[in-house]
Amino acid sequence: MAEFTLPKNSKIQAGKHFPAKGAKNVRTFKVYRWTPDDGQNPRTDTYEVDLDTCGPMVLDALLKIKNEIDSTLSLRRSCREGICGSCAMNIAGTNTLACTKAIEDCGSGTVNIYPLPHMPVVKDLVPDLTHFYAQFASIKPWMRTQSPAPADKERLQSPEDRKKLDGLYECILCACCSTSCPSYWWNGDRYLGPAILLQAYRWIVDSRDEDTGNRLDDLEDPFKLYRCHTIMNCARTCPKGLNPAKAIAEIKKLIVERRSA
Amino acid sequence: MSRDLRNPLARARGLGSAKEGVSHWMLQRVTALGLVFLTVWFVVTVLGLMHSDYATARATLAKPWNAVLLAALLITMFRHAVLGLQVVIEDYVHTRWLEVVSLVLIKFIAVLAALAGVLAVLRVALGS
Repeated sequence: MAEFTLPKNSKIQAGKHFPAKGAKNVRTFKVYRWTPDDGQNPRTDTYEVDLDTCGPMVLDALLKIKNEIDSTLSLRRSCREGICGSCAMNIAGTNTLACTKAIEDCGSGTVNIYPLPHMPVVKDLVPDLTHFYAQFASIKPWMRTQSPAPADKERLQSPEDRKKLDGLYECILCACCSTSCPSYWWNGDRYLGPAILLQAYRWIVDSRDEDTGNRLDDLEDPFKLYRCHTIMNCARTCPKGLNPAKAIAEIKKLIVERRSA
Repeated sequence: MSRDLRNPLARARGLGSAKEGVSHWMLQRVTALGLVFLTVWFVVTVLGLMHSDYATARATLAKPWNAVLLAALLITMFRHAVLGLQVVIEDYVHTRWLEVVSLVLIKFIAVLAALAGVLAVLRVALGS
């Protein structure tokens, strides 16, 4: 059966408290901590951060914690401007990018920060995305053609056809949507999830690609595609404002379109 | 813990695509559409029988169109129910033998229930 309760060694315990002495403008962050090295259960550590000496984004607060309060905290980050997708995590109950989420948009009270839901944890806020990336590779996300490339120029695309890629090419594969999807939680081993299906659709609608039929064949599967029950968490959580659920619906429509009703 | 030494891509590709699923998806929607009309007809018919006696109710059901529509409702309903339950079981039951047993069992139960229902309608309609 799907597991709805945490196994014993995953139960989260209360952790340490790091007060901010002498600070006037304080915000409290409760951060998930787990390390594979000490055999302990996960815990949540509480950090008080002085906002007067901290940047506006959640990532600023996390880096301040790591630099000044507790250097043992692990997290991924790189571009700090929402284009690399490294710092995807669950902040105040929603999967999003720490670098583009303002602290003041986290509601009132303590800001809870957890790794992306239902992924194996490597350490603290670092999830293991190996399977997610392998699923991406499995859809062969590159242009597949039969016709040879034009000798002296690129393959051309009309402005109208280029427009069809808007809302798709922006995806940075941060995994916020896939890890917010209950279907991906319960069947992520076989269900491709919203991010990968959006990427698959990005190649299906590309006017220059010549392998649409095979792409649809590869997706037409009760688990790879049809685990999507239009729950819409993906569209709601996407930090780039994209709509993976719509891309999945378009794939389903195309698969219907090529057969008799 | 023993590590999986297979390449992650081999795991992700798994047994490949079943190249089916669209029929299930389509049939679920078509039966749903059918049920919208059939359910409205059924509710209206039953409401119309509210204060009538057994003989009137029986006579109403025995009318050919009513018997046909009721049989259609029963068959469509159980077909739709099986499609829906199948999805629920595939979503949540991850013990393989339990999954297969449940999937077969709901089909058996639905077929028997639909046949029993249709037989009942026929007996009323044909008056035996």
